[in-house]
This record gives sequence, C-alpha cells and structure tokens, in this order.
Amino acid sequence: MTESSPSHGPRPAAPAASAGAPADSRPSGTVGPETGADRAGPAQAVPSVELEAVSFAYPDGTRALTEVGLWIGPGESVAIVGQNGSGKSTLVRHIDGLLRPTAGCVLLDGRDIRPVHVARLAGLVGLAFQNPDRQLFAGRVSTEVAFGPRNLGLRGAALDERVRAALEDVGLGREAGTNPYDLGYSRRKLLALASILAMRTPILILDEPTTGQDARGVARVRQVVARAAGEGRTVIAISHDMRFVAESFRRVVVMRDGRVVLDGAPEVVFAEAAWGELRAAYLEPPLPAVAGARLGLGATPTEGSFVAALARRRAKAGVSPS
Amino acid sequence: MAIELATVRYRYAGSTSAALGPIDLRVEPGRVVGVAGANESGKTTLCLVAAGVAPAVVGGKLDGSVRIDGVDAATLRPHELAQRCGLLFQHASTQLSHTTATVFEEVAFGPCNLGLPVAEVVERVWMALRAVRIEALAPRDPARLSGGQGQLVALASVLALRPRYLILDEPTSELDPAGTGLVADALARAAAETGAGILLVEHKLDVLARIADEIVVLEHGAVALSGAATTVLADPRLEDLGVEPPAAVRLERSVRGAGIEWSAALAKAIE
Repeated sequence: MTESSPSHGPRPAAPAASAGAPADSRPSGTVGPETGADRAGPAQAVPSVELEAVSFAYPDGTRALTEVGLWIGPGESVAIVGQNGSGKSTLVRHIDGLLRPTAGCVLLDGRDIRPVHVARLAGLVGLAFQNPDRQLFAGRVSTEVAFGPRNLGLRGAALDERVRAALEDVGLGREAGTNPYDLGYSRRKLLALASILAMRTPILILDEPTTGQDARGVARVRQVVARAAGEGRTVIAISHDMRFVAESFRRVVVMRDGRVVLDGAPEVVFAEAAWGELRAAYLEPPLPAVAGARLGLGATPTEGSFVAALARRRAKAGVSPS
Repeated sequence: MAIELATVRYRYAGSTSAALGPIDLRVEPGRVVGVAGANESGKTTLCLVAAGVAPAVVGGKLDGSVRIDGVDAATLRPHELAQRCGLLFQHASTQLSHTTATVFEEVAFGPCNLGLPVAEVVERVWMALRAVRIEALAPRDPARLSGGQGQLVALASVLALRPRYLILDEPTSELDPAGTGLVADALARAAAETGAGILLVEHKLDVLARIADEIVVLEHGAVALSGAATTVLADPRLEDLGVEPPAAVRLERSVRGAGIEWSAALAKAIE
C-alpha cells in the first residue's frame, strides 16, 4: 500500500484546454446552482477532487498538513480516519475553499480552485461541520435549512420542496417550525446535516456525522450517505466510528500527523497487514476484522462479511446451517 | 458517602413535562455508574441534576431529593459543589473558559479559582494533563485545537479540580479509538486509585463494557434497565431502547442469527 494509491480506477488526465485555466472562466452554469427540484441525482456533473502536495500551517505555526496528495473520483464514497489532531478537518476545509493551502494546490475537475471564491464553491461542495453550533444561526428550523439553497438562487415551491425533503431525510420533518436551540445536540447535528443536504451539492462532506448520535441517529446518517452515494454524488466523511466507516464507505483514507498513510478499500485498510500502521495512527480495526483474522477467515471488516466468510467455511467443511 | 437521587423528578423552566424521573440512583466513591439511552432520553439532564447544577443554576423545578455525601445539593454553594462534583459538559466549547491564551492556563483556571497556592495549582495542572497524555498541548492556544483535543483539555480541566465525584457527559464523543481507550483507562484509574465516584454517560457501550460497574439505561427520562454492567450489556432490549450493544454482543448475535453455532473458538476470537 502506498501513499494515496490510485486503486480506484485510472486517474483521467485533465483536459489540456482547461489545464491552468481559472475555473471562473468556465461557461456560466457549470458552477451555478442546481435548480431542479428533482431529487434523483445531482443536476450538475460531479467533479473529481484532487489535492496536489497540499501543505497547510495555521497562523500560530501549527503545521496541520504536509504534502498531502489525494485524488477522489466522481461518485466515490470515502471515509477519512485518523488520530485527533491529525489534520482531517483541516484537509476537508481545503476542498470547499474555507482554507487555502500554504503550498500545493486543490483541483476540482482538474482546475485549480485558487481563483474561485468560496461562495461559488459552496454550490459544488457542501460541508457539514463537526460542531453544529458553529453552523446554525436561524430562529426556525425551516429558515435554517432554506438558507443554503436560497443563496443558490432557489425560490418558491422549489425551495420549499428542498427544505421539506432535506428535513425528511434526517427525520426532522415535523420540526420545521421549531427553534434550532430547542432541539437537543444530536438533533441540532442532524439539522446542520439537513441544511447542507438541501443544497444538493455534487460533493458532500460530513465532519464526524455520527458523533453524539444514538443507534437510530447513526442509522439515519448511514441512510443519508447511502442515498447520496446512490445518486452518484461524491461523499466524503470524517469519522472515528470504525463500524460506520467499514460498512458505509468503499474507500478509507488514514491520516497521521498531517499525512495520508493508508488508502484503500476497507478490506485492505483493516486487513491484518495494515494493523501496525493503523495502531501507529491511534486507530483500531473493527472487531469483525480482528475476529476474522484470528480465525483465518481473511479480511472481514464488517459483521456481514464476517458472518458470510464463516458460513462459506462451514459449507466447505460440509456443515449446513442448522 | 455517595451521590444519592431519591424519587427525583425534574422539569426545565418553561416546560410542562418532566425531562427526568422518577429516578433513584446512587453513585458511590470508587464506583463507575454508566448511563446509556437514546438521544433525548434524559442523560444530560441526569448529569445536571446529579451535579446539583439543575435547578440551582439552570432553573426549573425539582421534586425528590439529591444528596451529595448526605448534604442536600440545594443547600450547597457553587464553589462547594464544584469541589465535590466535577461536571464535564458534552461539548468542550461549553466547558472551556475562552479567556486563556494557553492550554496550561485553561486547565489552571479551575484550581486558581479555588484559591489554591500556586505550587499546588501547577502540580495539579501537570497531573491532569498527564492523566490524558496531552502534556504536549500545554503551550497551545485552546481556541486552535481539534475537536478531540479540545475534549481532552476540557476533561483535564475537570480532573484538575480533583472532585470526589466525576459526572461526565459523553467524554469520548469526539475522540479517536486510542483516545477513547486512554480516557477509559484514566477514569478507571481515578476510580480505583483516588476513590472517585463516576457517573459516565456514553453512547459507546464498549467503553462501559470496559470500566462500568453498573449501568442505567434511560428512556423518556426514566430508568428502563439497570443492574450489573455485564447483565445490562447482554440485555436483548437494548436495541429497542435505541442503544447499540457492544461490538462483541452484536457479532455473536449476527453469527447466531445466520444459523451458525456459537463456539468456544468464536468466543475466543472476539475477546
């Protein structure tokens, strides 16, 4: 396993015509808002995401990223994991332009986003913050959720539909008139997620979406991820919940000290061969992966794959399920 | 000696229904009592009530009695409460003072306010930073920490008060797996070595499996399940109560659910 190995299909070369051209020079409409109320898939093309040797240091000198190289194809679902303070949140804030690299560059669809204003990027990349209280501001749940799509130009029935669908998706359909601060933390977190979902951006980034959620809340978040991925959108999530990571994502990126140290499918990243690197990154493989390795079942990062491997072995040995 | 809640009911100011109760609960020194339950089942309210913060600080109405080492919590003044019950809020940003320039000063804020001699303040700060292994963060700006680092600083600031009881509302929610294990170990040590009584709210039942002596599961503000940790963790009603059982319990259930016999070899593999 090498640093950010492009194991997810060949990396397409950026079209020569666009190389170096500022993204602002694109024909109008490509970065503009999606206006249809149709919820099947993003109305605009999903751009690839590329970080080229991105380094970043905060103004106080704290070095958060060191030469991170990462390519995420359109429609991929990627989990980013790593120790607290390893640079995960800093990394995703580079994709929507909230932070700009100290060195290196970020490209969407092969175009450097340096000249693109963060407000324009907001139509392409939705980022739900780790702490909802840094995101929420409105006095009503529906106003909160309408803020994003309204800024993308939606009005009237189309806007109402967006708000309704997003609240429905996170299970807050009946709270449209509630004050966000009358909701408990876990539901404020789902509200912050809804307000990003309502923008229907081709790229969706969730910073620790399952934090503070109970079993039902986690199931909601899993549904949201599955639906967005099913619609062909790119979903990137930061998480410490290895079960959620192994079950809901096709690719796992492991960070340590501001660098990408492992990158691959859950079967690869949680395989026994990678445990040393995982532990060095202060992570632990999920229990089914550990149990599968101990029993010689191969890579079984999820409960489902563990049970299936166990059943296959028994079938081979001629034992039928009772 | 204990925190004792006797037939406690509590409702927030302006609310017509009780957020908590009726509930009886006892947290003894040296014991870890885990609290689980779905979102909005009353876990945070229980923390506020057990620490004497509700209704004293946040208002509302309390029925029944909350006694801390035999003293009615309602009669204790804030600084007296603070030395008995250390309360860790769910979010570091609520906990931190936002008045200090470094993590060291942030953790010193509580002990300084207790009027302790400087040498003792310094000793306590290092003890607390060491307990959660964040000595390296001491010179950093508390406003520029990651979510998980902030959570560890908040916990250290409570430990530095050396309270007899620790009331912790999801102390590991933003921590990586290693940080979660570290906090679990630090709490187990606090209970075993300093005799702290701990009330610990957790969604991660693997943490409770590791250190809790007993567990209470809340539903709609009342106790739905309670008992020895091992018994509660294996209770089939957990999922219906919106609580995800520990990984080992889930895995065993999935295997059995697939019609595969559970064996000693399987049990050993998930240890």
